[in-house]
Amino acid sequence: MKIKEFLVELKSGSVDSVEHTEKVLEEVEKINKEFKYLNVISEELARECAVKLKSKPSGKLAGLPISLKDAICLKGVDSSAGSFMLKKYKPLFHATVVERALKEGAIPLGKTSQDEFGFGGFSTNVGLGFKVPLNPFDKKRVTGGSSGGAAGLAQKLPLHVAFGESTGGSIVNPASFCSVFGLCPTYGRVSRYGLIDYANSLDKIGPLSRDVYGAALVLEVIAGWDKKDSTSLNVPGELYTSYLEKDVKGLKIGMIKEAFGFGIDPDVERKVREAAGRLEQRGCKIVDVSLPLSVKYGIPAYYLLGTSEASTNLAKLCGMRYGLEEDLKGDFNEYFTAVRSHGFGKEAKRRIMLGTFARMSGFRDAYYLKAMKVRTKIIEEYKRVFKTVDVLISPTVPILPPRIEDVSKLSIVQNYMIDVLTVGPNLAGLPHANVPVGFANSLPVGMMIIADHLKEGSLFQVAKEFQ
Amino acid sequence: MEVNKDLILRVAKNARLMLTSEEAEEFVPEFKEILEAFSVLNELDLGKGELSMHPLPLRNALREDIPEPSLSREEILSNTKHKKDGYFLGPKAL
Repeated sequence: MKIKEFLVELKSGSVDSVEHTEKVLEEVEKINKEFKYLNVISEELARECAVKLKSKPSGKLAGLPISLKDAICLKGVDSSAGSFMLKKYKPLFHATVVERALKEGAIPLGKTSQDEFGFGGFSTNVGLGFKVPLNPFDKKRVTGGSSGGAAGLAQKLPLHVAFGESTGGSIVNPASFCSVFGLCPTYGRVSRYGLIDYANSLDKIGPLSRDVYGAALVLEVIAGWDKKDSTSLNVPGELYTSYLEKDVKGLKIGMIKEAFGFGIDPDVERKVREAAGRLEQRGCKIVDVSLPLSVKYGIPAYYLLGTSEASTNLAKLCGMRYGLEEDLKGDFNEYFTAVRSHGFGKEAKRRIMLGTFARMSGFRDAYYLKAMKVRTKIIEEYKRVFKTVDVLISPTVPILPPRIEDVSKLSIVQNYMIDVLTVGPNLAGLPHANVPVGFANSLPVGMMIIADHLKEGSLFQVAKEFQ
Repeated sequence: MEVNKDLILRVAKNARLMLTSEEAEEFVPEFKEILEAFSVLNELDLGKGELSMHPLPLRNALREDIPEPSLSREEILSNTKHKKDGYFLGPKAL
């Protein structure tokens, strides 16, 4: 059964919300034991929501199980962003996306695992005491990151939509490694209120699912202006599901030339070129386009900006008000320093250090400000290209999902390079999606589609060709 | 600029992080590797180029300054053990 049919059956009463939710919770428990996709299963809240629907199932998402990346606040349920620093933190409010989804009858299953605060592309940088999620096709391999638990659960639980979050590629990257559809909307399209932030100017919340219809429907519910987020765009959302009916014939699609360099796995290249061929057969026009700045300079610009913002964002975590606390010893500097040193994991410390350095007097012009200028150039580069094409395509990640043990052998820069193709659209705030385009050596390959600002509809239009 | 242990410790102090001597030494080659890779930005002539703090231009989006209902004091204090007489209790400031 697909999500569309499931929602119809639930509304008609032929599927009982309570019975179905119980079944799903049991299944999730089993999946989690084997694959470690959830930090917390919110059984109580799920049951409560299901009971509410029993007599009168109403709402666009009535009865649909959803999961939330750990960084998305769920009132009264541990929301830690995968960090020991926030272990046992129980938010006093729902994130706006949660509020909107629950109002439409969604059933929240729990909080999915992730790299600590989103700091990673493999979901191996989990905080102290958290488990690394395992790839659904080979448990020795990574799920991708940082929304790794979300993508893994989306693969193993088809009648469900996972809510992920992307700063530099954290939705499409794991979607690619776990063979699911994943969409990162335009920056500001979806409210960030209640998201435990990584980098304010880059963070976006978006859906992951095996079912493109489910993701489109969820985006319809969560998109739109929110008075609680001053960076949310005051532009109404669209009927995204209607784009699933639109023909792709006549679309002009740009293949990003530079994305096929950089030590790309030949199997990944072959699969993505085959997928492009399929679109051509369906009547799209495929042309080569060049985005040299984005591919070459995206990584340093992204890491300098992302870590600069993260280092200021995480300053609020200091052992007061919420999160990790210790006995109040020493003066405030000594106390804050002690708690932060015990609470943050290795990669979190590295990124806080890098961001602090990039903003320090004497280095600020050469790093932080320069990165912002490069960002302008990258945005302009994309805007120029979108004058001539409707969407862009490239591989999502240049490689197949690596083994967990091999990731631990990568140098820091090699580690960061996993984002080489995804940082561009993230820096420019452009909507982008991963669509699964087949398997190589029994491992999934994903293709990324990028559209101009606020053109999420085109992503659905193209993605449905690969359902 | 030379990346050495002193610089690492200075950055850590600003970031309110305490590093052991070994941790600080580990960061030296890592920072060198990162900054070496990022020096590719020096190839670009950016001059007085515009800065993008956000990917899309944002207008002044602040709401009117009118009080709205908010969480109660008890709720706000519910996530900490460090509290006294309805206030957060912090470490010594002076």
